[in-house]
Amino acid sequence: MTEEVIFAGFGGQGVLSMGQILAYAGMMEGKEVCWMPSYGPEMRGGTANCNVIVSDEPIVSPIISTYDTVVALNQPSLDKFESRIKPGGTLIYETSTVTNPPTRTDIKVIPISANETALELGNQKVFNMVVLGAFLAERKTISDEGLEKGLKQALPERHHKLIPLNMTAFAKGKEFVK
Amino acid sequence: MGEIRLMKGNEALAEAMIRVGCDAYFGYPITPQSEVLEYLSEQDPMSRTGMVILQAESEVAAINMVHGAAGCGKRVITTSSSPGISLMQEGISYMAAAEIPCVIANVIRGGPGLGTIQPSQSDYFQAVKGGGHGDYKLIVLAPSTVQEMVNHVKQGFELAEKYRTPVMLLADGAIGQMMEKVELFPQIPRKKDSELPQEWATTGRGDRKLRNFITSLNIQPEKMEEINLHLQEKYRTIEANEVQYEANNLEGAEYIFTGFGMGARICNKAAELGRAKGYKIGVIRPITLYPFPVAIYNDVASKVKGIFDVEMNAGQMVEDVKLAVSGKTRVEFYGRMGGMIPSPEEILENFEKIFIK
Repeated sequence: MTEEVIFAGFGGQGVLSMGQILAYAGMMEGKEVCWMPSYGPEMRGGTANCNVIVSDEPIVSPIISTYDTVVALNQPSLDKFESRIKPGGTLIYETSTVTNPPTRTDIKVIPISANETALELGNQKVFNMVVLGAFLAERKTISDEGLEKGLKQALPERHHKLIPLNMTAFAKGKEFVK
Repeated sequence: MGEIRLMKGNEALAEAMIRVGCDAYFGYPITPQSEVLEYLSEQDPMSRTGMVILQAESEVAAINMVHGAAGCGKRVITTSSSPGISLMQEGISYMAAAEIPCVIANVIRGGPGLGTIQPSQSDYFQAVKGGGHGDYKLIVLAPSTVQEMVNHVKQGFELAEKYRTPVMLLADGAIGQMMEKVELFPQIPRKKDSELPQEWATTGRGDRKLRNFITSLNIQPEKMEEINLHLQEKYRTIEANEVQYEANNLEGAEYIFTGFGMGARICNKAAELGRAKGYKIGVIRPITLYPFPVAIYNDVASKVKGIFDVEMNAGQMVEDVKLAVSGKTRVEFYGRMGGMIPSPEEILENFEKIFIK
């Protein structure tokens, strides 16, 4: 099993940490992992992305140009990465920030409203866990227990009291996938 | 098994310095390797091992601090990225001449000039062919994984101290920024004062008849030529003993893909895609860029239809590949510059364009 995914959106949406949590979780489950961020003149409100590879095999190249899954959290990311999904792959996108929905028919498209869910939960910062919930419900790259372990690794100790809220957000995110 | 962690290449590099028993780090922050100094500051190595970290006022100052501290026989390291490494060249040449062991890591960004902060491999010539003035060589290690960032720090110091020469780790922004699983070696204690190299280090005169003296200045040409001959003899020993490379699928290969560091990993993926299409492709990845693995290229040259060299620059290592095969086979090049990274598909497509069609 190899999952090649890109998380892409606005800086400040937790895009990079979303990928890191997945990478940590993969490592906790004994898989090979690689997390590669876009870095550079990035800023809050600008675009940011990271690609993550989780695999049972050693990872040959961390540089990839096509993806099993694209998680697009704003319009520019959807425009940029929709064409790079492998046929039969998955596209997850956030409806509140995407005005022109995707057009491809050879992939599975999952619209989510993670923004709304995070607001309902009273903490905008759990947005990324809602998204991860939707992603893992569809792609099943790692187990829920593995994810929680990864979250513990990725979060600094002082934020560990927020883990239950994050896991609630994660569970809510899973509901987007039927 | 050592401790397993998920780390950025730059963080792993910094952690390895502490664990290898470094006495000091001198550096100046620059993207894409700023995490080195950030990580060191956060770790407070003084409390862990007594290691000194100091943010110098410039790269020029940093390399001269390395010169001074390493001259005392201490384990010292500095890191920077391309423009900063350019500033260090004078000091590096001085240390090569004065035979001072140290490790310098370059996390390359796209140039020339201030360039970009995106990954590149365009400092191959600078690292391998001199960079500074005079007839000198650095041992150059090219990590391709976060794990190798760690391993090469340890190996770098072993080689530097064995041959009394500066060693350069030549990484790139992508390896510095990405996170991979890494196994860390256990803490190596810092050297005690009594363990410092008494025969050359400036550790104080002590019981010596004469004080040890470190200089790269020798006004008399006869003496300077002697020093040059000695250095060249040392480089021949290094070339004979320290070559490292990785090769796969050479058996029955009709084509060889080659590259170093991150470029080699993408090449390996491109070769996999190519083999799936029926091409017989082997891969050679030099781990030491100096000493260059001349023999393996020369050996495969007579058995293959061609060598395809891929780098994130305008074609630098390819010159050494051409020298190594000495006209015995066709050598072609594909590269991206200025911080652009070629994809595996792009490499294969260009291979087909050049060699197949």
